[in-house]
Amino acid sequence: MAHDTLQPDRVTSEGPLARGLLIATSLLFLLLILAMPLLAVFSEALRKGLPAFLDALKDEETFAAIRLTLLVAGISVPLNLVFGVAAAWTIAKFEFRGKAILSTLIDLPFSVSPVISGLVFVMLFGAQGYFGPLLASYGLQIIFAVPGLVLATIFVTFPFVARELIPLMQEQGNADEEAALSLGASGWQTFWHVTLPNIKWGLLYGVLLCNARAMGEFGAVSVVSGHIRGQTNTMPLQVEILYNEFNFMAAFAVAALLALLALVTLVLKSLLEYRFSAEIAASRRH
Amino acid sequence: MDVKVQNIRKEFARFPALNDVSLDIRSGELIALLGPSGSGKTTLLRLIAGLETPTDGRIFFGEDDASKKTVQERNIGFVFQHYALFRHMTVLDNIGFGLKVRPKNRRPAKAEIRRRALELLDLVQLSGMENRYPNQLSGGQRQRVALARAMAVEPNVLLLDEPFGALDAQVRKDLRKWLRDIHDRTGHTTIFVTHDQEEALELADRVVVMSQGKIEQVGTPDEVYDTPNSPFVFGFIGESNGLKVTADHGGIRFNGKPLNMAAAPDKHGEALLYFRPQDIELIESGEDGLTGSVIATRRVAGTRHVELDLGSGTHVELEISTEQAARIDRNRVTFRPTRWKLFPV
Repeated sequence: MAHDTLQPDRVTSEGPLARGLLIATSLLFLLLILAMPLLAVFSEALRKGLPAFLDALKDEETFAAIRLTLLVAGISVPLNLVFGVAAAWTIAKFEFRGKAILSTLIDLPFSVSPVISGLVFVMLFGAQGYFGPLLASYGLQIIFAVPGLVLATIFVTFPFVARELIPLMQEQGNADEEAALSLGASGWQTFWHVTLPNIKWGLLYGVLLCNARAMGEFGAVSVVSGHIRGQTNTMPLQVEILYNEFNFMAAFAVAALLALLALVTLVLKSLLEYRFSAEIAASRRH
Repeated sequence: MDVKVQNIRKEFARFPALNDVSLDIRSGELIALLGPSGSGKTTLLRLIAGLETPTDGRIFFGEDDASKKTVQERNIGFVFQHYALFRHMTVLDNIGFGLKVRPKNRRPAKAEIRRRALELLDLVQLSGMENRYPNQLSGGQRQRVALARAMAVEPNVLLLDEPFGALDAQVRKDLRKWLRDIHDRTGHTTIFVTHDQEEALELADRVVVMSQGKIEQVGTPDEVYDTPNSPFVFGFIGESNGLKVTADHGGIRFNGKPLNMAAAPDKHGEALLYFRPQDIELIESGEDGLTGSVIATRRVAGTRHVELDLGSGTHVELEISTEQAARIDRNRVTFRPTRWKLFPV
């Protein structure tokens, strides 16, 4: 890539004017749409100084929201890791009827509005839902409780791991697995020693993205949460509540923490890419 | 170990890839499955390995019916065209993999696995490379590691799927000789798939020529080259010319003219005459034979290739020495095949 800018005589590189214009446009866009809002969040959160920022986070309800967010992500992400690997494996390595339909279904959570995802679970498990009364008779509450939040989060974040892995696994094909099997390895040994190492970087990206979304999800979670203070409010919901109560400083403090989590995820991803770039390239090439 | 393939049929989504194929492979033999793409040679190899399940038929390893066994139970060594080395393992770990994944009661000790892997590395002439990763090796080196890995499990039979297909010409030739050498030293029953006739003829004890899901001919390289049993084998192995002729009363005619060549007296009617470009003699223009006008001549190494038009759209190519070429008429050549074969149309 770097060569393109150094060699203006290449047919694919534009003249200096066009190049300057393109670069300026994209930089300006990035600044306006991405960097400025992010900066605004942090500056608003820290306007009264760091102690005030930390105090806002120490509020009992806010703290409960942080804990709940970590809990929900802590359950949903590992489950989606397993589901994602299973789905990607199924689609990439087997031929069967209805494969195209399954492949499309995986994208459903991306294409459908998160509010609808939430409503679906209310319809299924709510007090007036299909299974709600039955489950209630066993003392199980799904909606307006942690299980509902986890379900909604799993639904919304399901595609991340699978989408990351499917093209990777398809490109790698079956030969490595066949080689392992022909050498006498069992199915489990083949997965553990051959398949998993081959996909580990893709898997890690998928999990990081899945985690970022799991912590930040608003729409679906909002529908199933019921907004019970200190109990079913996750961080994004807490931000909204605080904001609606004109507690801007606290709202931005929580928002800043969320944004920070996202940034950490991205930095982590870039660091891994930088640190293991040779190995990652090797695992994609071959 | 003997391998016996018995009436194997394989269909992929109703499309037959192999049709009633039977083959006996003797213990310690180096055998080539040769054919164009789509002939079913790779499918046959994968069926023997247990990587595919036959629609019908059985495969025996010695006396054992292997068709009921999984790929793991068959204890085969498989070498893939694109190596399929485990990219995150060192060369040594790749070679030792088959021993490492054995159940505890059959698994050698760690030191023993290492010793055997190093021994095999020496056999494939890659000593000192044990700590490299596959992407630090050339294609030829990778394929040698793949072979060592397959041999580490002491397989009943060694199966190679176009082992040199992804390598460039010089490396291919070197590895060919080297594989023959390894085979002679270790004595594994070895089956390899190739679409390269030169490779098959040079390397194999016997060649299995396949076409469209069937075996056309099985024989030593000399047999399949010198006495092809079908127009397909004639055309696929080596260069050949095919002519539509008529046989009657022990004679052969082309375009109504007698060729002064004897056919079996019981053959009558249309037939296909096959001969190799070099198996001809040039004769005087007045004699009975094939006459054609010269379209082109090409110098190929020590010989000259002459392309003739025999009329009615039939072209043949002859291979003659440069001295002969200097003496012939530049426009018209008359010749007669010395070794040839008639096939029914």
